[in-house]
Amino acid sequence: MIGFLFSVVAVLVLVGIALVGVGGLGLKVLFGVIIPYAAVLTFFAGLVYRVVDWGRSPVPFRIPTTCGQEKSLPWIKTNKVDNPCSGGMVLLRMAFEVLTFRSLFRNMKLDYRQGPTIRYSSEKFLWLFAMMFHWAFLVVIIRHARFFTEPIAQWLQGIEHLDGFLEFNLATFGIGLPTIQMSGLILLGGVTLLLVRRIVVPSVRYISLASDWFPLFLITFIALTGILARYVIRVDVVKIKELAMGLATFHPVVPDGISVWFYVHFFLVCVLFAYFPFSKLMHLGGVFLSPTRNLVNNSRAVLHVNPWSYPVKTHAYHEYEDDFREQMIEAGLPVEKTLEEAAAEKAPAAPAPAEADTEVTEEKED
Amino acid sequence: MKLYNGPQIIVGLVIFLAIFTYPLWSGAGKAAPVPKPQPVPKSVATQCVADTAYMRTSHMTLLNYWRDEVVRDGDRLYVSASGKTFNMSLSNTCFECHTSKVKFCDQCHNYLAISPFCWDCHLTPKEKK
Repeated sequence: MIGFLFSVVAVLVLVGIALVGVGGLGLKVLFGVIIPYAAVLTFFAGLVYRVVDWGRSPVPFRIPTTCGQEKSLPWIKTNKVDNPCSGGMVLLRMAFEVLTFRSLFRNMKLDYRQGPTIRYSSEKFLWLFAMMFHWAFLVVIIRHARFFTEPIAQWLQGIEHLDGFLEFNLATFGIGLPTIQMSGLILLGGVTLLLVRRIVVPSVRYISLASDWFPLFLITFIALTGILARYVIRVDVVKIKELAMGLATFHPVVPDGISVWFYVHFFLVCVLFAYFPFSKLMHLGGVFLSPTRNLVNNSRAVLHVNPWSYPVKTHAYHEYEDDFREQMIEAGLPVEKTLEEAAAEKAPAAPAPAEADTEVTEEKED
Repeated sequence: MKLYNGPQIIVGLVIFLAIFTYPLWSGAGKAAPVPKPQPVPKSVATQCVADTAYMRTSHMTLLNYWRDEVVRDGDRLYVSASGKTFNMSLSNTCFECHTSKVKFCDQCHNYLAISPFCWDCHLTPKEKK
């Protein structure tokens, strides 16, 4: 509950900061140039740092948490996608994971619908909302490239046409022009549904922290201000593109006559970028590094040596006997090799005693 | 410092950076001129149907309203906020002053890749030399 309230207040304070900063104090250079550059720099540097930091952790063995049969005897059918035995199949599994959230699709929930017996039933809503949210967000981000590129690439215009092909027209109510782009509405819908899910489902609400609420509220407000700016306030996009192109070409300009609501939207996006590397949003990079998804499951075919294993010093029985054979024979203790046998073995280039040695090495590698 | 699976991680990061910095390298070295809609010649300059700030951001709402009024209700008279009466017509009223689609409309529309549906029905006006 504290996390919830904290996040709502935090986002409202951020909106207030932008409103006061630009609307009241006129700090357009700060909010239009300095903060965006700082935020984007933090985003890139932070993200690269986090990924490299993850890369420095060894992955000592394969994690066979899979949902299919591993490659085994030739007459046992292998599930190649769920339990890949080659790099190509891993790519396929990763593609399903990254593009269609396959693990989430398998989401199950405990339910008692059929009396007291516990039953696991499919629970697809999280997957559905997540798909809506992430894909719409991707399209929205791609569409924003029209503000940062000149001339605008043909494929970008294609995406925009596709996104607006329904040509909603609610112009009678003052909305609908410019063309309604579906992705924005789906994004707002998706993030709202994810938020509602977190509020309504008690078990999910119980485990929610400020770091869960904050990004949801932040993105909700980003979507809201963006939709408001486009359809209701109708900000001056030509001037906004001048500002954006100034940033992209490193010749920043701050044109007059841009609505303060644009700066609110822009500031919230900057906060999102700057916050990104330090938050759970890093699953953008993390999904590619999930060991249960990106490892070839070949533990039966390949020996994986733990990279941090210490080279253990051993002193096996046969070595001990070599050290003390004479004394042992004098004391009447049983020995495996007589003095003569030991001398004969040593003479031709002293080959290592095969059996005992193998055992030791195996122990080491395990 | 040891980087495990270094090649994959570095390739992944390079691809990520290449995609996300698209705006920085796609237009590198090219000038991005700010659109300059052709000003109205002094000889025909009268008052526009609404002020510049409104027209810059919301002319499409106005034109859409005109379209509905003319096509659906057959009403061609529009009284502006300043009390002047205009004939609701894109080709006759708007183009009387803003004579060139290329030098006026397209300037900003191309800058933001906007393709208004005006010309789905209207003939594209001929450019006067």
